[in-house]
Amino acid sequence: MSDSETNTSNMNQYLSFILNGEVFGIATDRVLEVLDYTDITPVPQTPEFMCGVINLRGSIVPVVDMHRKFGLPPMERTVNTCIIIVSATVDGEQTSIGAVADSVREVLDLDPATIEDTPRMGTRLNTEFIRGVGKHNEEFILLLNIDSIFSADVSTSTSADETAVEEPGE
Amino acid sequence: MSDLPQQAFREEAYELLAELETALLELEERPDDMEVVGQIFRAMHTIKGSGAMFGFSDISNFTHEVETVYDLVRNGRIDVSKALVEISLQARDHIEELLNACCSGTAVDQEKNAELVTQLQQFMPEIQKPAAQSQDKAGTAASDENELRTYRIAFNPHPHILQNGTKISALLDELGDLGACHSVGQMSKIPSLDQLEPELCYVSWNVLLTSTCSEDAIRDVFMFVEDDCDLGIHLIDTGEEGEEERQRLGDILVGRGEVTQADIDRVLEKSKRIGEMLVEAGLVDQDQIEAALQEQKVIRAAREQRQSKKQEKAPVASSLRVPAERLDDLVNLVGELVTVQSRLSQVAAIRHDADLDSIAEEVERLTEELRDSTLNIRMLPIGSTFSKFKRLVRDIASNLNKEVEFETAGAETELDKTVIEQLNDPLIHIIRNSMDHGIEMPDVREAAGKTRHGTVFLGAEHSGDSVTIEIRDDGKGLDAEKLRQKAIAKGVISEDDTLTEQECFQLIFAPGFSTAEQVSGLSGRGVGMDVVKRAIEALRGSIELHSKPGHGTTVRMRIPLTLAIIESLLVTIDGNSFILPLTAVEECIELTRADVEEAHGRHLAKLRGSLVPYIPLRKTFGITTEAPPIQQIVITQTGARRLGFVVDNVIGEHQTVIKPLGPLYKDLRTISGGTILGDGSIALILDLVQLMHQADVQEKNLESDHE
Repeated sequence: MSDSETNTSNMNQYLSFILNGEVFGIATDRVLEVLDYTDITPVPQTPEFMCGVINLRGSIVPVVDMHRKFGLPPMERTVNTCIIIVSATVDGEQTSIGAVADSVREVLDLDPATIEDTPRMGTRLNTEFIRGVGKHNEEFILLLNIDSIFSADVSTSTSADETAVEEPGE
Repeated sequence: MSDLPQQAFREEAYELLAELETALLELEERPDDMEVVGQIFRAMHTIKGSGAMFGFSDISNFTHEVETVYDLVRNGRIDVSKALVEISLQARDHIEELLNACCSGTAVDQEKNAELVTQLQQFMPEIQKPAAQSQDKAGTAASDENELRTYRIAFNPHPHILQNGTKISALLDELGDLGACHSVGQMSKIPSLDQLEPELCYVSWNVLLTSTCSEDAIRDVFMFVEDDCDLGIHLIDTGEEGEEERQRLGDILVGRGEVTQADIDRVLEKSKRIGEMLVEAGLVDQDQIEAALQEQKVIRAAREQRQSKKQEKAPVASSLRVPAERLDDLVNLVGELVTVQSRLSQVAAIRHDADLDSIAEEVERLTEELRDSTLNIRMLPIGSTFSKFKRLVRDIASNLNKEVEFETAGAETELDKTVIEQLNDPLIHIIRNSMDHGIEMPDVREAAGKTRHGTVFLGAEHSGDSVTIEIRDDGKGLDAEKLRQKAIAKGVISEDDTLTEQECFQLIFAPGFSTAEQVSGLSGRGVGMDVVKRAIEALRGSIELHSKPGHGTTVRMRIPLTLAIIESLLVTIDGNSFILPLTAVEECIELTRADVEEAHGRHLAKLRGSLVPYIPLRKTFGITTEAPPIQQIVITQTGARRLGFVVDNVIGEHQTVIKPLGPLYKDLRTISGGTILGDGSIALILDLVQLMHQADVQEKNLESDHE
């Protein structure tokens, strides 16, 4: 699937950011803006990685905790913590989603030729989420496949309804 | 520019077709109603005319045939029969097909075209004969029909007429079809070549038409260019004997606008009036002149009357057509205004400034009015869809060989346009189901001691901020046991699940569940009642089903009036804001720790002597922090059920502009959306029905655990 995407112009520009010490990249044409971390309104009965929603100039935008989403250790909020607003396609619907990152670094130019397929070995991540690995200054950058990360089957799960049923104590 | 007129034509045509359908069905009920016939004729004529103008010749040719028949009906030469309505409905459908074909560029079924035309023509032969005998049919229109009359038509197109795609030659040809026609083009206004704009029309026409047609028929020709031209139609010679009013040259010239009456008068001042001259010459006496003048007066008066009637008939446009997106934009803006207004009110409340307070109040009042009238613009009577269903029922009934009467009530009930649109498919589905599975065959009905014809009832009525829509049939009802067996077979429930009759009926809404034993062409196209339920829930509505074996089935839906803005109650739980729809809220009572301890873990509150169950939302939402010592129970009423929701704090009433949470939250049922509060924070809107439903399920799970 990445063939059609990599051929598009601009596709070799990536915004790099840090999650749990690792460098990740998102194609810049998917990035709408980067916000400072703000208060997030939690939405009950949703999976833990769904932080909640924020008010983005009058629109309600959901925010996803990438640490939890990728099964990484819990994030620690610092002054660098930020929310990257990306444009993703979920169930054929274009929507804005916020992704919480530990910090944002820079916009990189990556030569499409140097982008390698996702290695099967220990990225510790669901390889579906990664569309390739780029190399920049001897550093590996995991390039994210935004649409698959937020596709419906892995986002909200109705199982949350049942977890709420647990009745501790009573 | 290229595609716009065509687009406009299509939009208009679809609307006219809908109108036509309603009118035809009305005609079936009241065959003598000439107003309806006129309505049908006009719709056909408009489709034909604009079709021809925008190059949809298939449509216009075919529609012409139908129009011809209705012209004869209008003149009282054909009586309306069931067969005629039947064929007209088919013709209407065919026009729609043609229209669809034109849009998608697919081929047209020529065979059907020809077949329908032949069938239509069968209505005509008797009247093709010169209808001398029809003279005695009352009404001036009929008696005038055979008189040859001469009209003078002054057709002065506005210069820009050609830019709309109008073909003037086609208009003149059409006039030629009406009778003997002499047209003279007036070319005096054509400028010299260097000043000539090739896209403008400089020519006007004077047409003399001798025909048996009425003035209306001529106006019909120019129906679509009425706004783009000055049209003068004058009957200059009725052909009736005894009225030998010769046209004076002066009148003709004035009539044609070449000289003014003042010019003529000035010239004529020198001579005497013709009457006086005739009297002087001894050819006629004074009385005869008086009589002739009288006659002139009468004719003039009659014409003026006709003219003014004409104007009454076409009142100034009292409605506008506006693209729906513009309305959506307006509603969005009003939504934002409401948000800002609540912020203003909040600030004013903190400042304690009398001036600011009064401004805030004024703004609040205006915003509320603005909101109401904006939302009102989008309100449409649901009746427009009802008439569509009338047709549907009629067609399905004849398809299934069932006899079905369709009754409606509350067609005037108003609902948001988008809501009506989204209700369409679910309603079609339910009505189909009722007719396919509910209503029995006439013989079966008779054997069961019922009337041969079944009844399907579709009604709508307002209740609070929602509309209740009911679809009721008097068919065989649902068979609870059969539903249960089916559900077991499909794995929806297990063998040992015991269900009440009502619960069995609700199975029909389970995904992948279809009661039809064999899939018929009507129902069972792979969409089940679960799709209907989901569609209704997407509208924040609810649906329930009641059935009595042998007596029929009732499906009842509650749909909110609008999707955009609701009156609501703002509450907080654990520091976060939530919104409850105000219409469901009855009152708020306190819940103290002592009350909770007293209740021994049961979630029941005492309310003036009766016990009301409540849902502790903290627990539902998995909030583990300590609850405040005094919580609030918001008592709500949904349907016949009273239920409390426990929250930390009740803030007060709030106008809520509903915003979607987006596709990531589409599986979350208990929260139906969000809204932005005055301080920029977000409040989530609770779906009380879903919360109640969830609590029911949990209760049941608990019960089965205890067993």
